[in-house]
Amino acid sequence: MPMLQTLGLNKRFGGLHVTNNVDLTLEAGEVHCLIGPNGAGKSTLFRLILGEHLPSSGAILFGGEDITSLKPFQRIRRGMSVKFQVPGIFKALSVRQNLEIAMQHHYDPAVLAEEIDKLLEFLNLTEDSTRLAGNLSHGQKQWLEIGMAISLKPRLLLLDEPTAGMSPEETHATGEMVKRLNAQGMTVLAVEHDMAFVRQVAQQVTVLHLGRVFAQGTIDEIVANEDVAAIYLGQTTAHETAHEPAGAPHA
Amino acid sequence: MNALSRFFRRLEGPQTLGRGPGFWVGFLVVLAGACAYPLFSDGYTVGNTVYFFTWIFMALGLSLIWGYGGSLSFGQTAFFGIAGYAYGILTINFGAAYGFTFVALLFAVAIAALFAALLGYFLFFGRISGVFLGIVTLSITLVLERFMAQTAGPEWKIGAARLNGFNGMSNMPPLTLPWPGGDIVLYPDVQLYYVVLGMLVLVYLGLRILVNSPFGNVLVAIRENPERAEMLGYDIRKYQLGTFVIGAALAGLSGVLYTSWGQYITPSSMGMTAAALPIVWVAVGGRSDLTTTLVGTVTVLAVFQALTIHGSQYALVVMGVMLVLTVLLAPRGLIYALARLVARPFSKRASNGQPGDA
Repeated sequence: MPMLQTLGLNKRFGGLHVTNNVDLTLEAGEVHCLIGPNGAGKSTLFRLILGEHLPSSGAILFGGEDITSLKPFQRIRRGMSVKFQVPGIFKALSVRQNLEIAMQHHYDPAVLAEEIDKLLEFLNLTEDSTRLAGNLSHGQKQWLEIGMAISLKPRLLLLDEPTAGMSPEETHATGEMVKRLNAQGMTVLAVEHDMAFVRQVAQQVTVLHLGRVFAQGTIDEIVANEDVAAIYLGQTTAHETAHEPAGAPHA
Repeated sequence: MNALSRFFRRLEGPQTLGRGPGFWVGFLVVLAGACAYPLFSDGYTVGNTVYFFTWIFMALGLSLIWGYGGSLSFGQTAFFGIAGYAYGILTINFGAAYGFTFVALLFAVAIAALFAALLGYFLFFGRISGVFLGIVTLSITLVLERFMAQTAGPEWKIGAARLNGFNGMSNMPPLTLPWPGGDIVLYPDVQLYYVVLGMLVLVYLGLRILVNSPFGNVLVAIRENPERAEMLGYDIRKYQLGTFVIGAALAGLSGVLYTSWGQYITPSSMGMTAAALPIVWVAVGGRSDLTTTLVGTVTVLAVFQALTIHGSQYALVVMGVMLVLTVLLAPRGLIYALARLVARPFSKRASNGQPGDA
């Protein structure tokens, strides 16, 4: 059974058709990257999966269960977790408290402090545990949020441009961490611009363009695809327009 | 046993200023001073001090909703008024025998909390937040005031209790302790002082435990970043509603104590000025901490009363100036800033782990 499936997913904002009949399938245990030029609808699709937007039509299945109308916190409780593009942390609270808030309902109170220590060490933030999260460096903030996301022990980890603003070294380290988490059985869906990162981690790649699935395959297939290269260079063909008439299939 | 010790360890934690033996010795000294105070004063002054105390519950409730939860509510005075009127109606109808006044207190607080639960449900589950929450809660407070103000006619009565429009209700019995050998009627005097002081200590310590608990963690998380809090799997609407109801119940407690203290409640206790004053106390003291809220409220009330006695027309203006100065000079609160200043030399880690240094 696939971990995540979107079936004929559509999202319109007024006359703008941002997500156009998207069928996406994530098998359990894979690292799947979502790429595409700016305005391709990656973030909207991401927010549809999370439940921050509700689709105009279509369905989302998570582990076989229809979650199309569930609220975000209900999806999280079913085993999703997310890391946002702009670090979503609690800036005025200490690093340790950030993790405690994420973890307090997932661990027994007797071992909570110990588990937080372990995660701090894993994130290389032990020295900074009493600092305010808002005072961390950009890379550290990204790591802290990744830590909060994985501390929920999710089945599916959603990463929205996890390496945005990171140095090449930090990007590589993040990629290694994603691979390590994947090796432990975590399914990962990442929206990413950085092709080096995609090449490093992705087992499957989906290219979005103007709200549609443009191409799908392994990284090598995608790189070899001349049409994909063309859309990245802005040579779109005339029939691909975001203003398709309504009438997409309902699930 | 372990769970119990964890429970009491939450008396101090990241969400409250003041920790370690130094703080608690100070706390006990202040408490001892408060206990000894009536010995060095007369009944009238002590009764007047109780008047200050009655407001603190409402302020602590606002600190919880606004300072910890991040939702600015003007609704505290509405719950204050509802509970005050409810206490009046209940005790005028059923009297004060057999300790009924304390039953009435519980009922009145529960009615205020119920009203808050109903209102809060529509507010928070309707995802109303920020400035709109302030506008809606203020509107409801003012509507209640207008409504009560037009209940002057004899048709507005519940049982034996006339609502009396703008003149307000009066002559309800004060809180009365049943006692072998004669009930103790708690007029604004030394006995009422000790009862209210006891309640205050319980509420203060209880709230300290609450804000340092996992519930309190989620509360400040919602204040800092509601989206992230929800994306950690928390149904933030429930936490916001719970906080709103607890805060409202505390405002209700203030309302009952005030009504019992003066045997008097009027619609103006829910008016515009009344709705704004708790915001001033809490903001000036330091809304994001229970202790600074408590100290700030007492301080501001004492200043306000002194001003009212010596030049009534300027008292409210000075309140406004105080609020403006706070916002400009110490946005986290004057008492809060002072407390940080005093605490700094004693704690090497203070500048590191404390929210509020950013």
